[in-house]
Amino acid sequence: MPTTKSLYGRRLTGYSIATAIVLTASIALAFFYAPIEVDQGFSQKIFYIHVPLAIVTLGGFIFGGIFGIQYLRSGDTRHDLRSYTAIHQGLIFCIGALITGSIWAKAAWGQWWVWDEPTLVSFLIVFLLYCTYQPLRFSIEDPERQARYAAVFAVVAGVFVPVNFIAVRLASPLIHPRVLGSSGGSLPNDMRIAFYSALLGVTLLFITICKYEMASKHSRAQLAALRRSLGGEGNEPAPARSAAPRIAVK
Amino acid sequence: MSAARTPSTLSAARAVLYKELTLERRAPQTLTAMALFCASAFVIFHFALGRDEIEGAIASGVLWVTLTLAALLGIGRSFVADREEGGLDGFLLAPAPRSALLIAKATTLFIFLLIVGLLAALLFSVLLLGPTPNAPQWASLALLIVLADLGIALVGTLIAGIAIQTRARDLITSILALPLLIPLLIAVTKASEPLLSVGGGTLVGRWLALLGLYDLIFGLLAYALFDYLVED
Amino acid sequence: MSNTLPPNTGYVAAAYLVFLVILLIYFVVMAIRAARVERELAELLAQSQQRAAGDAAAETSSQ
Repeated sequence: MPTTKSLYGRRLTGYSIATAIVLTASIALAFFYAPIEVDQGFSQKIFYIHVPLAIVTLGGFIFGGIFGIQYLRSGDTRHDLRSYTAIHQGLIFCIGALITGSIWAKAAWGQWWVWDEPTLVSFLIVFLLYCTYQPLRFSIEDPERQARYAAVFAVVAGVFVPVNFIAVRLASPLIHPRVLGSSGGSLPNDMRIAFYSALLGVTLLFITICKYEMASKHSRAQLAALRRSLGGEGNEPAPARSAAPRIAVK
Repeated sequence: MSAARTPSTLSAARAVLYKELTLERRAPQTLTAMALFCASAFVIFHFALGRDEIEGAIASGVLWVTLTLAALLGIGRSFVADREEGGLDGFLLAPAPRSALLIAKATTLFIFLLIVGLLAALLFSVLLLGPTPNAPQWASLALLIVLADLGIALVGTLIAGIAIQTRARDLITSILALPLLIPLLIAVTKASEPLLSVGGGTLVGRWLALLGLYDLIFGLLAYALFDYLVED
Repeated sequence: MSNTLPPNTGYVAAAYLVFLVILLIYFVVMAIRAARVERELAELLAQSQQRAAGDAAAETSSQ
């Protein structure tokens, strides 16, 4: 009897443990090691969760585009699954980045939204664009075409992200101090350690969640295949429209 | 015995372009709809803003939002006739390079947008615009309309190609097009603002550069990806 | 450490709580899925065992 190796669950345990350790360590560093910033005070601590969320979101979207290119060139549906998962989780992290960014704006400048902060505005625009990914997939019934068109979208949207950032940055006045701006971006060493460990932690979290998602989808697909091969009543697959990639179980 | 020759991209594009323009000339639905939309929108803005005359950033915003929403009408119509009457399948069967379709459709949309854009700008200056632009400002505005419409046509054709195969065609077109066009709109509204202000002003180079960059990047992207959309 | 909390603690706590809540929602979703997978597997296992028992019974009755 052929054995199917775990396709997506490999090293999942390792990643989970690494994520837990690094995230805990970075939160501890952020609160107990990094000093209180002079200008913004204690509310600057949000920086250690907001900025990593934002950076990882962008990474997720860009990898969604890269996997999209790979799918278009190879036709291998595993790339489509990776693209879908990266964008799906990227969208969730984007919501997190927007909410924490808004809280930071309220704490630092007294308003729940500021149009002067170009990064925040760019994220809103990017969020609006990627919200259309799921409806787009859902509105195409044929699975192969759905995957192909989703990949085209992923590539266009991935290219859009940097263009959008440039445009918004050009349009914003330089009133508010930008913490990650080119001039004010140099962090003192203890803040830098806390920040980079937070970045690593959130990156590991993203990767772990993506692996988890893909493994979960794969096992549900295997379950469906098992159900079909058992046959009999009650086991016919219900033909359902879905936005998620179809997973081939060999 | 003559061997069948594959038509070059340009000649195939020219043929499709001729077809598109002939269709529109015989039954000018899209152009009329877009122009009427702009006119009605200006009237609505007059009442909504409660102003007889607007200038500067507000004028720039009103003009370009109107043009963008009118463009959505044009984008939505782009592939409809082909899809409904089988022209798309006919094109796919012919031994013509796929990118010819992109070039033809994008050029058609560009021409429509250009006509509507210039008409709308004229109408806008009569109905709502306070300051009267002088000749250099008109020339700059025309240049902006050309560059912006180029970008809208390229992105719009790509989106139309995606949306035509979905079940919720017009919805997908709108939600896809608007965020993608934001950088273009940022550039063109910022650039138009001094042209429509009291006291006048000239074009700022950085917005032209951004517009050019946007057109170039998305033009290349559309060219590279369009083939994947019209595979059968 | 001082006895009073630094200013704006509420906002910082809120931001980290948002992060935590997103993670917890994720755990709940995954737990529900895992439970469903387990239930379906049990059901399929029961079906296949039933079928094996049925086949064995058919064999013995036909011998």
